[in-house]
Amino acid sequence: MSPSMARNPPWNRIRRKSVNAIMLTLTGICTIFAAGILVFILGYLFVHGARSLNWNFFTKLPTPVGETGGGMANAILGSAKLLLVATFVGVPIGFLGGVYLAEFGGGGFSFLVRYVTDLLNGVPSIVMGIFAFTVIVLPQKHFSTLAGGLALGIMMIPIAIRSSEEFLRNVPLALREGSMALGASKSRAIWSVVIPAAKAGLITGIMLNLARVAGETAPLLFTAFGNRYWSPGWEQPAASLPVMIYTYAISPYDDWHQQAWSAGFVLLAMVLGVNILSRIILAQKGPALR
Amino acid sequence: MQVSPKIDPKSGDPMSTLPNIGVPSSSESHTAGAAPSKLSAHSLDFYYGSFKALHAISMEVFEKRVTAFIGPSGCGKSTFLRTLNRMNETVRHSRVQGEIRLDGENIFRLDVNDVRRRVGMVFQKSNPFPKSIFDNVAYGLRINSSLRRAQLREAVEHSLRRAALWDEVKDKLHQSAYGLSGGQQQRLCIARALAVNPEVLLLDEPCSALDPIATAKIEDLIFQLKDSCTIVIVTHNMQQAARVADYTGFFLLGRLIEFDTTPVIFKTPAKKETEDYITGRFG
Amino acid sequence: MSALPSAIDTPPASGGAAAAFWKRLRAGDEIAIAVTFLSALTVILVTAVLVFELYRKSAISRHAFGWSFLISTTWDPVSGTFGALPFIYGTLVTTALAMIIGIPLGVGAAIFLAELAPPLLSSSLSFLIELLAAVPSVIIGLLGIFVMIPILQQIVPPVQDKLSWIPIFSGPFYGVSLFTAGVVLAIMILPFIISISREVILSVPNDQREGALALGATRWETTWKVVVPYARKGIAGSIFLALARAMGETMAVTMVVGNDPKIAHSLMAPGYSIAAVIANEFAEATGDLYQGALIELGLVLFGVTILVNGAARLLVMSTEKKGTS
Repeated sequence: MSPSMARNPPWNRIRRKSVNAIMLTLTGICTIFAAGILVFILGYLFVHGARSLNWNFFTKLPTPVGETGGGMANAILGSAKLLLVATFVGVPIGFLGGVYLAEFGGGGFSFLVRYVTDLLNGVPSIVMGIFAFTVIVLPQKHFSTLAGGLALGIMMIPIAIRSSEEFLRNVPLALREGSMALGASKSRAIWSVVIPAAKAGLITGIMLNLARVAGETAPLLFTAFGNRYWSPGWEQPAASLPVMIYTYAISPYDDWHQQAWSAGFVLLAMVLGVNILSRIILAQKGPALR
Repeated sequence: MQVSPKIDPKSGDPMSTLPNIGVPSSSESHTAGAAPSKLSAHSLDFYYGSFKALHAISMEVFEKRVTAFIGPSGCGKSTFLRTLNRMNETVRHSRVQGEIRLDGENIFRLDVNDVRRRVGMVFQKSNPFPKSIFDNVAYGLRINSSLRRAQLREAVEHSLRRAALWDEVKDKLHQSAYGLSGGQQQRLCIARALAVNPEVLLLDEPCSALDPIATAKIEDLIFQLKDSCTIVIVTHNMQQAARVADYTGFFLLGRLIEFDTTPVIFKTPAKKETEDYITGRFG
Repeated sequence: MSALPSAIDTPPASGGAAAAFWKRLRAGDEIAIAVTFLSALTVILVTAVLVFELYRKSAISRHAFGWSFLISTTWDPVSGTFGALPFIYGTLVTTALAMIIGIPLGVGAAIFLAELAPPLLSSSLSFLIELLAAVPSVIIGLLGIFVMIPILQQIVPPVQDKLSWIPIFSGPFYGVSLFTAGVVLAIMILPFIISISREVILSVPNDQREGALALGATRWETTWKVVVPYARKGIAGSIFLALARAMGETMAVTMVVGNDPKIAHSLMAPGYSIAAVIANEFAEATGDLYQGALIELGLVLFGVTILVNGAARLLVMSTEKKGTS
């Protein structure tokens, strides 16, 4: 920008205007590209995955190599069981820790907790797998649903803490005061007013968190491992949807590739479904979770 | 007329200063007549961090009377009100010195939840819980007692009647409290506070967010409640204080400048600051 | 006025310290603080145990190879010789490629969404891009194998013919390569760069924009010369966060990188990455030394991502503070 803009020759103004237009277009293309990737992924998975999706996929066990047909019922159940264990590990610790930070914390310890939470959130998922391997698989000497669930559960903790803290903080102070002015102790006020008021947010937070770890593959490779059959109880190796997708995708069999597409479609539909639903609920109930 | 700022909080036993201060000189001539002291402050200092928000407040609240605090915003009247049921303790880095006595007992030595149960509070902005109308009123009863369902229903109805809200809500007790109008929400908060049978009811500018009609309803309510309850109200509206209060205290810059019966404060104030404020020459 | 059922008569406030203690305990505050405090403490303990386990379980490898582990190029489980350099190299190259592709695209899109696009378009595109962040990496890998590799096999060789005199483009292209992994990673980090940068740019105070616009600057000049410089630390933070993510990303890379522990000069050659070798070999690693070496790789990955993440947090925090003050 020159100080003597009024005396600028016309070509300079034209140049500036065209730079403006070009950059608008270029950055617009960047955006369309980024957003287009998702549309492409969705479309491709829908075409390739939904096409070969049938009832057997949800009810049958995988067939041996060479035989066509079969499904991933064991992997769907395995994923559900892994998520259940993960919920029991991650949600109580994350939720109660979030209550501490939002309601009782303050000072150095809270700062440390937030800092470590961020740190834990940045740990690569494969490293979480190693951790669960060393604390459960190594002593027990076998892969198990428990070990995989633990890895996923620990991955849930950081987001669970931060989202619970955020949603509890969004509850107006006036409600806490209103409760305490009636003679409720602080913990009673939190339990009977603050948490119910934040309920919708807290639950969507957990759902988003579950959707995130539901797609995790790396931490399961050497904890839950995999299984071509049902995995009764919690102490045996278990199949899961993401690991099945991985194994089938890198296999040399066309039939397995087809199954991988179907599994990918199911997984993605679930993950995106939960995400879209949560965002709609949050948009109605309060500030978005990030 | 003694005024609290003159009292040095360090001048020995606060008890010795009590008979002289905060007792309206003309209480015998006032229609309210003599009443026993329900709640009293004794050289009360209050700090937010290093900021001293209240300076040596000493005064008495009389049983089954309405006491109003007036003063410009930021003068400490709400802060003082919130120390009367120890609500201010929820503020971080706050600190209190001196005593507040409820029926002669220092509230800082009593269980804080009991104090708040006995000294109820209604806030400036109505704050119904995100629950049904019934559950809002029943809230305090549920946490403070173990009433049976029938008793609970009876108590809720009783409180709603006392708050003059029953007729308006009796058909929608189980709908969300957020469906009520602003004035109704505030009366619901009063009903909620009344449900636990408080001995004292603190009202922190309860009408500041309400329209004139809703305000009139709340003022009527205050008149009715005064028979069964001691009421302390903070208001920025002098006419409101003049209408509802038996006693009025004027706060300025964290000090209780003057405290007397309402007619005295509004007609013949002893202090120049009070007079300036009353007549609108303040500031 | 009828009397209330007198179920809540105030109990006499006598009884001494012990009674007061029980009363407080019944009120629950002490218990609530203790329980929630312990949960918060658990986070710190879990992280501490994680670091401790990685360190302890990699001891055998650290003692056997020392620092030369990081610069040795031989990875031979059969003879028990383990050097991490091929994996470190692969991680660095794929990450660098991802950044080269991802930063301009991501920052460009963030600028467009925050400054230039009409609000409705901006919010719907942002929504799509945030959903992209939720796509599991194994699905990105799936598309990498079956969609991107066939496409690249069509595009790359003709381009290679013209550019083969440049070492990094030389050699045969099999589809799986460091380059493919870099592109896949770029797609995976895009949503992170975009959504964080967009937020940082949105937090730039409006007077900055108005000042420039009032001087007659065009929309783009305002954005590029005033808004972006103001938000540069936050944008850098988003890039660092994306960097940490790219380095730790496992599945998508494993599926397209080729899994060949060689240090190739050409980007078109297969390679390997730290996360990928752990994913591939950990479950079958026999022997303590082999396992220890893989865990040490995990420790290296952990250390590097933590450092990069820490730097990112500092940068994002410093801009957000400036933005709000």
